[in-house]
Amino acid sequence: MDKTLQSIVQTLEKDFGAEANEIFGEVEAVVSLENIVAASQKLRDDFDFALLSTITAVDYFPEVSPRYHIVYVFNSLSKNLQLTLRVPVDGEKPIIPTLTGVYKNANWRERELWDMFGIKAEGHPDLRRILMPDDWDGHPLRKDYPLGYEEPQFTFNFEEIDLSKPKGEM
Amino acid sequence: MATPYALPEVTLDEIKHLVSQRALDGETVLLNMGPQHPSTHGVLRLLLELDGETIVNCIPDVGFLHTGIEKNMESKTYLKAEVMSDRLDYLNTVGNNFAYCLAVEKMIDVDVPPRAQAIRVILAELQRVASHLVWLGTSALDVAAMSVFLYAFREREIILDILELVSGQRMMTTYIRPGGVWRDVPVEFDDAVRNVLNTFPKRIDEYEDLLTKNPLFLDRTLGIGKMTAEEALQWGVTGSTLRGSGPDWDLRKKRPYSGYEQYDFEVPTATEGDVYARYLVRIREMRESLKIIEQALNKLPLGPVRSNDRKIVPPPRSEIGTSMESLIHHFKLWTEGFDVPKGSVYAAVESPRGELGVFIESDGGPKPYRVHWRTPSYNNLEALPDMTKGLLIADLVAIIGSVDIVLGDVDR
Repeated sequence: MDKTLQSIVQTLEKDFGAEANEIFGEVEAVVSLENIVAASQKLRDDFDFALLSTITAVDYFPEVSPRYHIVYVFNSLSKNLQLTLRVPVDGEKPIIPTLTGVYKNANWRERELWDMFGIKAEGHPDLRRILMPDDWDGHPLRKDYPLGYEEPQFTFNFEEIDLSKPKGEM
Repeated sequence: MATPYALPEVTLDEIKHLVSQRALDGETVLLNMGPQHPSTHGVLRLLLELDGETIVNCIPDVGFLHTGIEKNMESKTYLKAEVMSDRLDYLNTVGNNFAYCLAVEKMIDVDVPPRAQAIRVILAELQRVASHLVWLGTSALDVAAMSVFLYAFREREIILDILELVSGQRMMTTYIRPGGVWRDVPVEFDDAVRNVLNTFPKRIDEYEDLLTKNPLFLDRTLGIGKMTAEEALQWGVTGSTLRGSGPDWDLRKKRPYSGYEQYDFEVPTATEGDVYARYLVRIREMRESLKIIEQALNKLPLGPVRSNDRKIVPPPRSEIGTSMESLIHHFKLWTEGFDVPKGSVYAAVESPRGELGVFIESDGGPKPYRVHWRTPSYNNLEALPDMTKGLLIADLVAIIGSVDIVLGDVDR
């Protein structure tokens, strides 16, 4: 592990009880839900991680506690370092604190989390669906959401499939 | 004829918090721009709050091109899922494969032969030039410079021909594979790339003659859509859009992959952070890309183009008829795939639009448990409302062009 990164990770371990491990040459630290905002604030202000590359989630269905891991990828331009933070979240009513106060681009990424996983960001200024249509049911990237398909409509099954198409009021 | 659907009533309730009080009072006008609009570069919908022709608020609405690529990749083996990656950013197909393969290779720890690494670099840089040509043509078209568009697309065709030469496909190449590339480049490859190297610098001069000092172009671009480096980073903007504001953040230079450290090239930057600065950066980037291609082609090493690890890379077709073991490997790889150790990885490359990252989590099986694409256009587009406030609609069009978004990249 890089020396600078090691000292940063040690600070996170000391201040926020993070658990760090190295995998495939990358450093990952598990942080608890309460500490993620403070930890990212510290990363940005004290260690100059100016760029939040992405926020995403992994669904470990049928695990319940924790069901999700939220993955944050931070980058520091001045130090040329990359650090991944993971936050375990419970399956029932998943709620995370928003990072929009620290990084502005957390806005769309957290909307994506809500859209795709149904994980709510508390305190988010604009929590609407972003990629799926507004009236969509369910959260597609959850593991208990089936990978569906639409049956093609031919002459022989035209009427049968026509029955299941939306009509009248939406 | 009656409409098959009852049209939903238009209401402001959902977006009340995004517009100003004046819109609710009816003083300003809300106007839809897109999703079918020629200068939104695809299917981007912008909801504009206008005071006369001045933009008060700009609310992007994305997702019209959402194809569920991340979900689909979870159900395919690592080899087959790669085909989906081409469809993300359809102007940077080689780069998408590149990022995906780097991530997979990081997990399975396979060595890529030097020849394959150099071919990857050449193709990725050719693709960068092609992508910048599309940007140049369309963004110049947006500010009413028609002829550049025709020239740029003429030249792009030459590069697409090279991609067709090596992979059989103009756009969706899937040429870069985990462990190397699909197969060696044909003998005509060298001549074809040298033709690009000989003709393109003059052609780029021509574009610059048409635009760089053109007073009409300067009027439309100078001082428009300004963004400071701090703002850009706060929005997660990367790539040429960020470099137009100052920082020389280029992953090819800062975290070299696939042998980029061997090549001598510069990272162009500008400090103004406006549309014109981004234009200058991208034009110079095309020249730097040509420099990289020339160096890589001159010392293109001989040797294999795929790893010899038969557990990862399918055997060549010629062996399958004679070797039982090869036949078994072939069968196993294309039906079951290879297992990838448990864990997660984030690999990023410098795409023409910025940091293209792929996050893969493996549960130890032959299919990725979760794939997430950190696409640069998504973040770059998010910064758009900040850049456009207080400007005219005509400026907005120039700014969309300068941010260089690809909607396939945004919506995934």
